[in-house]
Amino acid sequence: MAAHQKALTRPVAALAALLAVLAAAPHRQAAPAPARGVARIISLVPAVTEMIYEIGAGPRVVAVSSYDTYPPEVKRLPNVGALLDPNVERILSLKPDLVVVYGSQTDLKQQLARAGVGVFDYRHAGLEGVTATIRALGARTGDAARAEDLAARIDRGIDAIRRKVHDRPKPRTLLVFGRERMALRGIYASGGTGFMDDMLTAAGGANVFAEVKMEAVQASTEQILAKRPDVIVETRATNSAFAVGERDAELNVWKVLGAIPAVRSNRVYFLFDDRIVIPGPRVVEGTEALARTLHPDVFR
Amino acid sequence: MTLAWRFARTVLGFGALAVATVLLAPLVGATAIDFRRAFDFSIPFADNVDAQIFFVARLPRTLAGACVGGLFAASGVVFQGLLRNPLATPFTLGVSTGAALGAVLAITFNWSLGFIGISAVPVAAFVGSLVAVAIVYALAQARHRGLSTTVLLLAGVTMNAFFSAMILFVQYFASFADTYRTLRWLMGDLDVSSYEPLLAALPTATVAFVVFAWLARPLNLLSLGPDSAESRGLDVARAQRAAFLSASLATGAAVSIGGPIGFVGIIIPHLVRLMVGPDHRLVLPAATLFGAAFLVGCDLIARTILAPVELPVGIITALLGGPFFLWLLIRKP
Repeated sequence: MAAHQKALTRPVAALAALLAVLAAAPHRQAAPAPARGVARIISLVPAVTEMIYEIGAGPRVVAVSSYDTYPPEVKRLPNVGALLDPNVERILSLKPDLVVVYGSQTDLKQQLARAGVGVFDYRHAGLEGVTATIRALGARTGDAARAEDLAARIDRGIDAIRRKVHDRPKPRTLLVFGRERMALRGIYASGGTGFMDDMLTAAGGANVFAEVKMEAVQASTEQILAKRPDVIVETRATNSAFAVGERDAELNVWKVLGAIPAVRSNRVYFLFDDRIVIPGPRVVEGTEALARTLHPDVFR
Repeated sequence: MTLAWRFARTVLGFGALAVATVLLAPLVGATAIDFRRAFDFSIPFADNVDAQIFFVARLPRTLAGACVGGLFAASGVVFQGLLRNPLATPFTLGVSTGAALGAVLAITFNWSLGFIGISAVPVAAFVGSLVAVAIVYALAQARHRGLSTTVLLLAGVTMNAFFSAMILFVQYFASFADTYRTLRWLMGDLDVSSYEPLLAALPTATVAFVVFAWLARPLNLLSLGPDSAESRGLDVARAQRAAFLSASLATGAAVSIGGPIGFVGIIIPHLVRLMVGPDHRLVLPAATLFGAAFLVGCDLIARTILAPVELPVGIITALLGGPFFLWLLIRKP
């Protein structure tokens, strides 16, 4: 028994030593001298891609995710997968020194760390998260000054909208971001947390699901009837706009719930606008689009 | 005790349960409504929120639950009788996965039937179920004069796996929000918010139930084995064909209304058999009525327990059904 164990020990020890060397190797090349900036950036998060371009680091972006469409120049860049299917091999072959990943991509983060590639870890948060991310990003890419300018500009823009609408009555608003076509089924609405709720509040609306502390609420017809929204805003990505002629049919779908003030007073709106659904540097414009919809009299 | 009397007792008993559930369920909900206002027809319906909550949100939803529950439970009975396998469910032979593939395609590629004013998802689901039925049926008949239940089972299980793989393949092209909606569809949802999906499924459901009524005696004979059934004068191939097609259509119709809500088609038939015995002339009507009551009850829990948020009804049936299924497996006969 003991001899058997001893016979096993040597190869195991050798293997362990080899593994230790292999594991240590990338760490040694890692930790590059803390550069003031990064030269090759890959972003897997569209919202952060927009921030990178806006703080002037755009020319250093070498690849983006398959969901990226803005700014238009990203369409010419190689695409390295996205949230669920990042292509690690392609990412590494592009020799990035900073990769923007989403917080839930734990495997990818480990692989990048092992390869000694810098990671910028991002998660969607509220509107404050947008400016906080911009500042952190600027510090990381060496564009802190422009990032600070951008963050301050966003803060000012949001504040300006808040001031414009602050003395207006706040319409009770249902903010829908997903629904089955041609039916009131599978309705997803913004709950009382997250950037959409923050934008709605800044735009002078009162979220009917404010008390539900979730980003997404599946709204039943009963809840929608009981909440009696004054305004219903359906928002989606720009590229999912309904075909001409289907818009009226989709609006008609709401007629079933005729007792809702929003339906009775024809205040159901479709806003197909990336600036509302992507928490990037265009949130000011997105918030303004919402505010124009909720308070048309204030914005003429 | 004569059969007629036992039949009357069974139908009255389970019928009373189903009717009571369907009448009571719309009275309870996640929000408080004023019933005097809801039934005050002097207030225009367009202005009456209470009436709309009752007649637009709760009532169609309750009826959808009853309809889907009854269809799943009855087709569960028929599939178990046809395959002579107590663990068969309405989803065993690929019908629901075919329906799911149809629905997932409609959701992911944003299909629209806007020009005729209806949602594409239930239509695509029903068409998907028909495609699955056609493929499995063709396979099971290809090498036999009759319908081989062994081939039927193998073909069904294979198609289930294949359609599941296709769903994952389609998911690969979906945006994140669509993936979420797809996943939610797969958990079942009875909030139909209009009577149209029910009316659309009515012809199929009626045909299925007429065939089920005829099937009760053939299924009793089949339970003795195909050879004994044949020797007692049953046209086995015809009965098997009728059972497969009617139960598949019923499942397709139910899935197109409420999505693939699991476990109803297995718990209910077994519970009912424990109560009324194995005679399909009693099991079929009892399972239909009990299934209706059960799903309406599960949906009531789903829509109230976490209000104002709601739980997918498929989670409730699974939480109740999973342990029951295990108990069924280990129970001494």
